Amino acid sequence: MSSSSTISNPDANSNRTRESKRKKRRKIEVEPQNTNLDQSKWRTDTEQQIYSSKLLQALRQVRRSNDSPSRAIRETADRVLAVTAKGRSRWSRAILTGRLSLRLSQINKKHKRAKLNSGNNIKSRKPVVKKRLPALQRKVRVLGRLVPGCQKLPFPNLLEETTDYISALEMQIRAMTFLTGLLSAGGTADQLG
Amino acid sequence: MSGRRSGQSSEGTSSRISDDRIIELMSKLQQLLPEIRNRRSNKASASKVLQETCNYIRNLHKEVDDLSDRLSQLLSTIDADSPEAAIIRSLIM
Repeated sequence: MSSSSTISNPDANSNRTRESKRKKRRKIEVEPQNTNLDQSKWRTDTEQQIYSSKLLQALRQVRRSNDSPSRAIRETADRVLAVTAKGRSRWSRAILTGRLSLRLSQINKKHKRAKLNSGNNIKSRKPVVKKRLPALQRKVRVLGRLVPGCQKLPFPNLLEETTDYISALEMQIRAMTFLTGLLSAGGTADQLG
Repeated sequence: MSGRRSGQSSEGTSSRISDDRIIELMSKLQQLLPEIRNRRSNKASASKVLQETCNYIRNLHKEVDDLSDRLSQLLSTIDADSPEAAIIRSLIM
């Protein structure tokens, strides 16, 4: 029964969970995920209202006295957008968990580059032939970097995340434009009255 | 991407990513892109769709940045507890 003694879990379902884990790992290339991302909800007024009110709440707590208030607001807007997505999409989860891990990975990359540069001086002197990927693959790679958290995603999943992400961004822009309009109108009214 | 290809060859038909699925996803994506939508032709190569997608996302990011900039200016001039803020809040919620 337990040919694989890696998991010492006496649970009766251990075999099944191990199998399903293996299946999941194999199936990471396939993952049909039958459009469980319904990106049409981003067009509803409800979603926009939910987003706008959450954004306003969050903005009141943003400390704008730092160097780049615009950056702080952008990050807040993105975070609230990710929250509104309710964690169903990969890009939203990546935004919510990503701030810390992004900085860590950037530090790791710097260390890696420093190591390579110090050790392999010979390699850096040889003419480096850059492997040009075919154009389509290059574009897919660029797209993977533009959508948060989707760099190593298989192609169909990347496409799905992209459509959801674009719809969400459009809603974000609608909501922020609306807010901006309200605030600027409120401002001028105050000046007049 | 090479990972996908090797998955195709070693796993057999059961785990092959169906082309239909990709076509379906690509056409859904295509519908979102203003560039291609306005041309009224449904024929856009994959390369064009991907290119337009990247451009569009970059544009959207830029717009969000501009809006954030504008919002930061406006928020700094509006007191959070002023009557205007209350009106705004009631309009949104």
